[in-house]
Amino acid sequence: MSISPEQVLKVSRLARLELSDDELATMTAQLSQVVDYVDQLSELNTDDVVPMAHALDLTNVFVVDQVAESLERSQALANAPHADGECYLVPAVMGD
Amino acid sequence: MSEPYTMVVGLEVHVQLATASKLFCRCSTRFGAEPNTQTCPLCIGLPGALPVMNREAYELGLKAALGLNLEIPRFTKWDRKSYYYPDLPKGYQISQYDLPMSQNGYLEIRDPKGRFETRRIGINRAHLEEDAGKSLHDEAGAVADSRIDLNRCGTPLLEIVSEPDIRSPFEAKAYLSELKLLLTFLNVSDCNMQEGSLRVDANVNLHIDGPDGQVATPIVEVKNMNSFRAVERALTYEAARQYDAWQETGQAKGDVPKQTRGWDDTAGVTHGMRHKEESSDYPYFPDPDLVPVTVTDEEIEQVRQSLGALPAALRDRLQTEFGLSDYDSDVIVGQGPALVEYYLDLAQATGDGKLASNWVQQDVMRYLNDQAIAVADYPVRPDQLAELLTKVKVGELDTSRGRQVLEHMLAAGGTAAEAVEHLGIKQVDAGEEVELCRELLAANPQIVADLQAGKLKAAGALIGMAKKTNPNVNPGRVREIAIELANQWDT
Ligand SMILES: [Zn+2]
Repeated sequence: MSISPEQVLKVSRLARLELSDDELATMTAQLSQVVDYVDQLSELNTDDVVPMAHALDLTNVFVVDQVAESLERSQALANAPHADGECYLVPAVMGD
Repeated sequence: MSEPYTMVVGLEVHVQLATASKLFCRCSTRFGAEPNTQTCPLCIGLPGALPVMNREAYELGLKAALGLNLEIPRFTKWDRKSYYYPDLPKGYQISQYDLPMSQNGYLEIRDPKGRFETRRIGINRAHLEEDAGKSLHDEAGAVADSRIDLNRCGTPLLEIVSEPDIRSPFEAKAYLSELKLLLTFLNVSDCNMQEGSLRVDANVNLHIDGPDGQVATPIVEVKNMNSFRAVERALTYEAARQYDAWQETGQAKGDVPKQTRGWDDTAGVTHGMRHKEESSDYPYFPDPDLVPVTVTDEEIEQVRQSLGALPAALRDRLQTEFGLSDYDSDVIVGQGPALVEYYLDLAQATGDGKLASNWVQQDVMRYLNDQAIAVADYPVRPDQLAELLTKVKVGELDTSRGRQVLEHMLAAGGTAAEAVEHLGIKQVDAGEEVELCRELLAANPQIVADLQAGKLKAAGALIGMAKKTNPNVNPGRVREIAIELANQWDT
């Protein structure tokens, strides 16, 4: 298995996900399969291949710096689970 | 330095680029709008919305990078920095990771009072990224929800990362002042700290010479510093704190994870914050929604040509071309581009750089401060002030008379000549002044005796009397004449 349960735990913490022991075992196996699958690419010799930064062969797509209309606030807040008419409400963020 | 350690500081500065709209959508970046009135599906992270790069933001970034002597790679790309926080609706920030738009530059810092040697502070990189939103903490109810305002989401920032080349809190302040001045001259950002257009984080530790060689203390990142003065104070505090902690625990860099501490300006201390994940713990990957940017030598050269005169070059010019001291040139350039332009116009029209510098610093700047107005709103144009200064220069007016004339021009408008006329100031010819001095000396033998004895203060009393008789006399000339006459006086 190419990924350890410790690595999965660390990633789940960064993603703010809480995994039960069962889930951790499942995820470790599944993530390992994914990584192993992608790892097949390393069988290829890429010595002469230029690293690719983007899948599209396209650069320099820009727009002009011009203000356009934003959403009405009521629209922006419409899908929020909690809002007070001005702001989104989330469980208190403490400390920083 | 008397401290038993060397302080090592690197600064990360975020400046808001002066665009009208956001980095990847067309919402306004205007400060002070009602919460959540400047957002759209893109900047609040609704599914399916696609970002497009703001050309102006990229160009402002280029200008700043060239001003900071940074190299411009010809190819740059965008990455997603993933983390979870309520003010970041997408769950990632669009930033630049391994191929930033600029790298490897420097900013020269100097102190005209010579408290440190002029030095180059290395700049590791400057890259573009988007800002996050804002959590409005409700201080009153500790258990209440946090309120989130997403207006700032997607505002273009340039993150400027210095090398750990700064050696004292004072140097840190000098670096920040020079950086802000440069960006102001470049028109890249308004650098307003109160409005969050310029934010500073510091990485700081100490290198201590111990009996077993040099020891480095754990690196601490200091946040929440809301003014340059706060940065200076926080670093001073942090150095002392780290030295004490090292003496107490002996902990060195590597013994403990990197710590983040917040500056409490009122208490004057730093507090520990949550442990920061190492940078490898922010998963980065290339943003598939944004295509890379390439730039040619010609384009870079074009931007370089557009930079205009920058602070370092202007200080040199004021010193070499107009004979100003290091200190005076620093004061004038430190006031920003508008005042420098005013000064240059004045100095050129007057043909006397030092006289122009004195009047700009003592009169123009003081008036601007007192009235809290910008140079553009100063009522007297440089050519009008030059007319007045020319009269002072040739001795038609003495300095205090000149000030009265300027006051009148500020209050009533008009030219220097009109003000002189209005104030009833008439040229007194030298013959008249000699005659007046002769009369006054004849009536005051004690003054003659004092002047002969080299007590030149006595001339002051004589000037007073002369002005009473004729307010238009030139005090400097009266003084010269009186001393000369007294020395040839036959008693
Ligand atoms: Zn938007």
